[in-house]
Amino acid sequence: MLAYAFRRFLGAWPTLLLIITLAFFLIRVAPGGPFDTDKMLPPEVQANLDKKYHLDEPLWMQYGRYLWDVAHGDFGPSFQYKDYSVTELIGAGFPVSLRLGLSAIALALVVGVTFGTLAALRQNSRLDYTVMALSMTGISIPNFVMAPLMLLVFAVYLHWLPAGGWNDGALPNMILPVIALALPQIAYISRLTRGSMIEVLRSNYIRTARAKGLPERVVLMRHALKPGLLPVVSYLGPATAGIITGSVVIEQIFGIPGIGRYFVQGALNRDYTLVMGVVIFYGVLIIVFNFIVDLVYGLLDPRVRY
Amino acid sequence: MKRWLILLAATLLVSPVTASAAPPAGVKLAAEQVLHRGNGSEPQSLDPHKSEGVPSSNIQRDLFEGLVSEAPDGELVPGAAESWEISEDGKTYLFHLRRNAVWSNGDPVTAHDFVFSWRRIVDPMTGSYYSQTLAPILNAEAIIQGKMPKERLGVEALDDYTLKVTLKGPTPYFLGLLTHSSTYPVNRQNVEQYGEKFARPGRLLSNGAFVLKEWRVQSHIVLERNPRYWDDANTTLDKVIYYPIEDQSTELKRYRAGELDTTEAFPLTQLGWLRKNIPDEVRIAPYLGTYYYGFNLTRPPFKDNRKLRQALTMVVDREILTGKVLRAGEIPAYGWVPPGVLHYEAVEYEWKKLSKEERLAEARRLYQEAGYSRENPLTVEIRYNTNENHKKIAVAIGVMWKRALGVRVRLVNEEWKVFLENRKQKRLTQVFRAGWIADYNDAYSFAELLHSRHGINDSGYDNPEYDALLEASAHEPDLKKREELLRRAERIMINDYPILPIYFYVSKHVVKPWVGGWVDNIMDHHYSKHLYILEH
Repeated sequence: MLAYAFRRFLGAWPTLLLIITLAFFLIRVAPGGPFDTDKMLPPEVQANLDKKYHLDEPLWMQYGRYLWDVAHGDFGPSFQYKDYSVTELIGAGFPVSLRLGLSAIALALVVGVTFGTLAALRQNSRLDYTVMALSMTGISIPNFVMAPLMLLVFAVYLHWLPAGGWNDGALPNMILPVIALALPQIAYISRLTRGSMIEVLRSNYIRTARAKGLPERVVLMRHALKPGLLPVVSYLGPATAGIITGSVVIEQIFGIPGIGRYFVQGALNRDYTLVMGVVIFYGVLIIVFNFIVDLVYGLLDPRVRY
Repeated sequence: MKRWLILLAATLLVSPVTASAAPPAGVKLAAEQVLHRGNGSEPQSLDPHKSEGVPSSNIQRDLFEGLVSEAPDGELVPGAAESWEISEDGKTYLFHLRRNAVWSNGDPVTAHDFVFSWRRIVDPMTGSYYSQTLAPILNAEAIIQGKMPKERLGVEALDDYTLKVTLKGPTPYFLGLLTHSSTYPVNRQNVEQYGEKFARPGRLLSNGAFVLKEWRVQSHIVLERNPRYWDDANTTLDKVIYYPIEDQSTELKRYRAGELDTTEAFPLTQLGWLRKNIPDEVRIAPYLGTYYYGFNLTRPPFKDNRKLRQALTMVVDREILTGKVLRAGEIPAYGWVPPGVLHYEAVEYEWKKLSKEERLAEARRLYQEAGYSRENPLTVEIRYNTNENHKKIAVAIGVMWKRALGVRVRLVNEEWKVFLENRKQKRLTQVFRAGWIADYNDAYSFAELLHSRHGINDSGYDNPEYDALLEASAHEPDLKKREELLRRAERIMINDYPILPIYFYVSKHVVKPWVGGWVDNIMDHHYSKHLYILEH
């Protein structure tokens, strides 16, 4: 187990280096630079800005410098938000995205697994069809349609909830964005759960368990659910990493100060360091969560041993 | 001996009605004086010398105060300077600073602060986007280009409260420039203590009506009333909260839900709904900017083909664009400088007085002479940055060109930075979308854009006569003569057709009925110190 963890740890570094390298060169391939504006910037000032941020050096030198800085934990200054460093921006935004994302994942997991299991138990019943139809709708209706609708109804017309803002994560401010973020996940998770539960419930060992006369509750909770959740678990790894690094759509619509918007804004502004910062951060999270998923597999599935 | 022309700012520039910022007598104020303002995108920086863009300037106007300030209607009024004298040749300014003006830590605001600040702006090491604002000052350009030390800037503190500014030439708009946020003073000790990151809550020293209390990136910025501000007696608001909300429909929803008192803009698509349901809250006013198309004069088909450019310019029906496509009261543009600019009477195309049919006939003739016809039509590309409204305009103009002349139009949209790059390079562009919002209220801020050596002359317009007239205007102290020079220049330029003016911008806000003191003005500047919350 420990040896496996160590191997994975070693294997993560080349992946990360590849991510950094690709991101570094790709963002620089895009035409235009961080200081291009439709205002007049004297060439001398432009040259000084380039010099200050080392943009005047050859690319390989900038790349080397960047790797060196990152290795020392320095993601550099943001080109766009001049009063902040990239580390500060991520440090301020990530707790917000994390809190929102974890709440959404927790909600999605509870609701999605419950619905999926119920649908599997009553396969081809009216309940099953209802759940599946709803989840299909949930998958098909994108966030940017659902979220403004919810805002219009609950904030503008009914005045039950605030129309935006974070307010340090106060519950009323969280409700709509969490639901909006969770809806597609609920849909996805309930479908995954249903599919795999149907398969598990048909398998031989479940028949054996039932033949032994175990109560249905025990069959379900102790024997069926664990293997039934395997696909959900493997889906959750990257999904969690994706959700806790924020959603640009949800953040824009609800005015939430997370880090999701930096992926898009950073790229549009050619804020090289900010884009690199969030990409590396996201990469590390993906690697970590995939590792956690593999460990959880070992716990859930007796066939998997490290 | 130099004769000084004494201009007592207080008598000449201040009209008594607009000067008083305090709410008029008899107005019932709300108990809680807190204003929630929508502010577009996240400000780049609150350091007045490093930021760019409207959101930063909006906040800086509350935090800082330049030598000259503005009344609610945009009229120039004394700011950190209580009066000034201008020499007869218009090249030397003596500013007398207020003795009761202090930084938010209680230290006096002195002439030395301005000397330090202005040297900092033009210092190329600062990397200011707006170093050009101070270009009229003696030696400023050489310093920006790194050819001279910043100490040679024509700014001098004669004593703690007297600032002497020497200009290159008479610059009638110089006082107006000094309301721009890039000319605001910063506190030397503050900058030296915290370096690049001094513009933060708990650190920033400022000299305006408000101080920086809290800054949550992408969430909100809280300003609190500055009790040490010299004119604090006339400030009504205790707190102003700015919200960066980029998405205009989100901003409008928060406004409708009662979370914002004012918005930075609103989506064009909502205009009908707003006019029907809350007409009194819609504030649309002329704005100092021109929306236009540029022709790339360095490549075919527009190179050396004035007739073609004129034909295309003539057949654009601006009344349809403003009346049917935009519908927010934008003004059709038949010239380059918008109406309402100080000391300037707008110039228009001669053919504006022709009827639509006459224009069409003339355009067809020119189109033919330029070598095109229905059988041999022009194929041209309109390039714009990706945006719904730009697309609507481009589609409409494409149709107008096709119907009138049979031109085949291809629309190309590009992401902003790619678009800027292509526009600047002039290698791909044919017709490109552009807009210009003036930084100061003077015709020159438009005229200079087409000077052959200007950095964003993306048409590549190069007419020595035009350049010479602009340079002459920079040395002409007589306002009337200067206006004539600039108008002559504009007439020459628009008749060379390097650009196709489409409409003059308007500013668009929604403002709650309980926000008092909001006066529409052409610069779209709304200082929080002039605003107050009515009982509601």
